[in-house]
Amino acid sequence: MSTTLGQFQGCGAEDIGEPEMKSVLLPVYLVLGILFGVVLTRSEVLSWFRIQEMFHFQSFRMYGIIGSAVVTAALSLALLKRLKLKSLSGEAISVSPKTLGSGLRYLAGGTIFGLGWALTGACPGPLVALIGAGVTVMSVGLLSALLGTWVYGWVRPRLPH
Amino acid sequence: MAVWFNSEWPWYVAGPIIGLFVPALLIVGNKVFGISSSLSHLCSAVAPGKIEYFRYDWRRAGLWNLVFVAGVLAGGFLASHIGSQHAVAVSEQTRITLGRWGIHDFSGLAPREVFTWHALLTLRGVISIVLGGFLVGFGTAYAAGCTSGHAISGLANLQIPSLIAVTGFFAGGLAASWFILPWLIGDLR
Repeated sequence: MSTTLGQFQGCGAEDIGEPEMKSVLLPVYLVLGILFGVVLTRSEVLSWFRIQEMFHFQSFRMYGIIGSAVVTAALSLALLKRLKLKSLSGEAISVSPKTLGSGLRYLAGGTIFGLGWALTGACPGPLVALIGAGVTVMSVGLLSALLGTWVYGWVRPRLPH
Repeated sequence: MAVWFNSEWPWYVAGPIIGLFVPALLIVGNKVFGISSSLSHLCSAVAPGKIEYFRYDWRRAGLWNLVFVAGVLAGGFLASHIGSQHAVAVSEQTRITLGRWGIHDFSGLAPREVFTWHALLTLRGVISIVLGGFLVGFGTAYAAGCTSGHAISGLANLQIPSLIAVTGFFAGGLAASWFILPWLIGDLR
């Protein structure tokens, strides 16, 4: 199994060099991104209406989607860890855990993001997919999000983490 | 095939498909599924300035992520042009709640009373789109992840930081949806 998944490994990874090997995979990421955009749109999770419905506990739908996504991802991760597979890019598959620290950054940052999530009705993926789906004014929201990330980088040394 | 594009997908189809992006990205390139880091990569590529946080090799760390996000944009376009388009079928209760705020146009993915270029210049437009977008970008960078990175990848990997972040997501979201939006959009009444 690991040999089929690691087939790029066998063709001289040292000769090809890392950057080239990764760029070979770029079209795969593009296709996966397109699929993700289609899923976000067709499942309606990018809809402001669905987000307000969720935060008002008026439908099980969003909870069902997020919950079953987590369960599917968790089962897949457990399986991947057990199989000890190599990725197509030749690396041993691993998810490095985030450091907990005081945990403050997750609570504070998470709450700030949550406010923005309900206000825009969109998290970052949907923000982008909505522009493609014709809600073009969201390009202003995306630019604001970029500014927000930039400002975070700027004030980061003075923020508690 | 056509049936996939003629109605909204049920939760038990959409959820597992979203979850499968986690193993798919790991199998392809040992990448952790997450969208918000693309915002940092774009800042790093366009305007790193003298900011330490943006001083890294964004091509090496994030080109895959930017390509993925470009795909998301194209995917949104594709999905909204293939098959039949219909209003989002939110629950009757939600229609009543939003109706009380002054939202009556349920035909799009987002209410046209707020999310149009025309409404951008109103208070509700500025706060929803400009401030809301800013908080999304600032908050996800501070929390080191968004819905995909924390709520899906992180929770699936049983990480405490992600559980804390998701608690924050809901605290902030509930506050905005219950207390800010009714007041903000209430000026439509």
